[in-house]
Amino acid sequence: MTATDKPKAPGLFDGKFSPTRPLAASGNLFAFALDTMKALPKRPFQIREFIQQTWFIASVTILPTALVAIPFGAVIALQLGSLTRQLGAQSFTGSASVLAVLREASPIVTALLIAGAGGSAICADLGARKIRDEIDAMEVLGISPIQRLVVPRVLGCMLVAVLLNGLVSVVGVAGGYFFNVILQGGTPGAYLASFSALAQVQDFWSGEIKALIFGLIAAVVAAYKGLRAGGGPKGVGDAVNQSVVITFLLLFAVNFVITAIYFQLVPPKGQ
Amino acid sequence: MGVAVEVEGLTKSFGSQNIWSDVTLTLPPGEISVLLGPSGTGKSVFLKSLVGLLKPEKGSIILNDTDIVTCSEHKLYDVRRLFGVLFQDGALFGSMNLFDNIAFPLREHTKKSESEIKSIVLEKMDMVGLAGAEGKLPGEISGGMRKRAGLARALVLDPEIILFDEPDSGLDPVRVAYLNQLIVDLNAQIDATFLIVTHDIGTARTVPDNLGLLFRRNLVMFGPREQLLTSQEPVVRQFLNGRREGPIGMSEEKDVAQVEAEMAALEARGGDAHNGVGPKGASGGDAVPPQLEPTEGLPERKGARRRQERVARMLHEFDPDTADAIRRSLPEDLLAMADSGSFEPSQGAGGRHWAPDPDAGRATTTTLPRQGGGG
Repeated sequence: MTATDKPKAPGLFDGKFSPTRPLAASGNLFAFALDTMKALPKRPFQIREFIQQTWFIASVTILPTALVAIPFGAVIALQLGSLTRQLGAQSFTGSASVLAVLREASPIVTALLIAGAGGSAICADLGARKIRDEIDAMEVLGISPIQRLVVPRVLGCMLVAVLLNGLVSVVGVAGGYFFNVILQGGTPGAYLASFSALAQVQDFWSGEIKALIFGLIAAVVAAYKGLRAGGGPKGVGDAVNQSVVITFLLLFAVNFVITAIYFQLVPPKGQ
Repeated sequence: MGVAVEVEGLTKSFGSQNIWSDVTLTLPPGEISVLLGPSGTGKSVFLKSLVGLLKPEKGSIILNDTDIVTCSEHKLYDVRRLFGVLFQDGALFGSMNLFDNIAFPLREHTKKSESEIKSIVLEKMDMVGLAGAEGKLPGEISGGMRKRAGLARALVLDPEIILFDEPDSGLDPVRVAYLNQLIVDLNAQIDATFLIVTHDIGTARTVPDNLGLLFRRNLVMFGPREQLLTSQEPVVRQFLNGRREGPIGMSEEKDVAQVEAEMAALEARGGDAHNGVGPKGASGGDAVPPQLEPTEGLPERKGARRRQERVARMLHEFDPDTADAIRRSLPEDLLAMADSGSFEPSQGAGGRHWAPDPDAGRATTTTLPRQGGGG
């Protein structure tokens, strides 16, 4: 209507597809992670929230994790069972199965469940609070949502991930034993005796460290996406979806990096 | 008593979309101000900027010598304790019952014992008329109760400034009347600075000491209630009369020629006075209805006397209509002092009087050109 506020024609990209957008998003995520780190040592520590969240995350992940771990261990056992027979290395079946479960299968299963069950629950919870102005209200009351809500969730997620990794290792190895010995007719003694032929304690620790880092990433991404949800209920759905996808991508990439570092640091057994 | 909030040249955009620019106003301490504006003019954004949830690009918001726009995150958390905010839907924590919701700020910020907390919470719940509903979850109560619970939570830390985001939305007119009375009563009791963002003309006409109107990315006007209620500014008149004829269109602004034709038709029908009753408490004409008084038995509003002194000092700056309306609201002694031109600030009654400020009038009443658009 006036010369000064001439409406701009809507451009094709309109700032939505600027090349720096992914860069800015990663930067924001990283800054959020740093903020969370900074809030870690701040008192008072939300012990109640931590226990509640740890219990909650554990309760939504334990059963699915165990149920996923059994077939996972079984598949590895089946693959190895036939492979070792072809190569004539049946005596190493147990060892290889333990190695595969400890080093890769169990952190990955943990990651999938932590991101898929725990992370999505965290993201949906925080997102729902965000769109109902609860987060804003909390900030206005002078309480940092990062310290009050995010830190206990991140710590809870990390703790549960470490414990889950232990659970998957046990269930996976047991599942492998069952399928190899009972179904494929392997020798129980040979299976058990070869356990430590290839695997070593460091493998277990590397799995635990992986799980710890996966828990951290899953919780940070979920909290970041949840706290930035906007645009009503659909925004929360989108945030959960994005958080799960981003977490999966990050976890598999990080898994690769940690494995590569592990092989540099820990020499394989027998060298 | 409440603190003054001085907003200077505030500008906020989301991406390439400008929300409002160059907003300048002062919320006088202890007074009730109402900010009006058509939907989508960024009133809620303004509230969120005041408490530092959003960062405007330009300008400053100063209270207690702190600029909220530029201060550090750490400082911001301290400043925010001065604020109590009533969000549109109350923004209660869904996982806690009403008692825990209202006790939440006390438990987080103070080292009070559980019995002290209980007495404070019950007192505030009684204040907003929620006694007996402590154990209910936010999902189990009506919208009006949620609003009042949100208000009780905003009150527990004894804020100096209380912001209301559309306290009337979703409530029936009777409950709005009760809530308005509650707001005035609260102001009399705690003498904090109030800012109410609303569409409700009835509220705007009867509750505040000061009125402001946001339209077309500008603060059209902000000043004593009489100034807006008697204003001849077309946007202000259209909004306060709740009619279609005028510069405010359904989606955006209207064509100038169309506005002129509409206004001519309106005049032909006899103007606003004969336009009947509009929606949301809008009544025809530009009469200045009496302001709501605190309920009997409560102390007088200290802000009311401070305000009378303040507007008496500014009396000569207004239009004759506005000055006339203000004169009718002033007590004899202030009127005499304003006329004689000798103004002795009265002592006592709240501790601080309105500081003699050479350009106080300009700072609080910014009238922007109608064809502004960023000026």
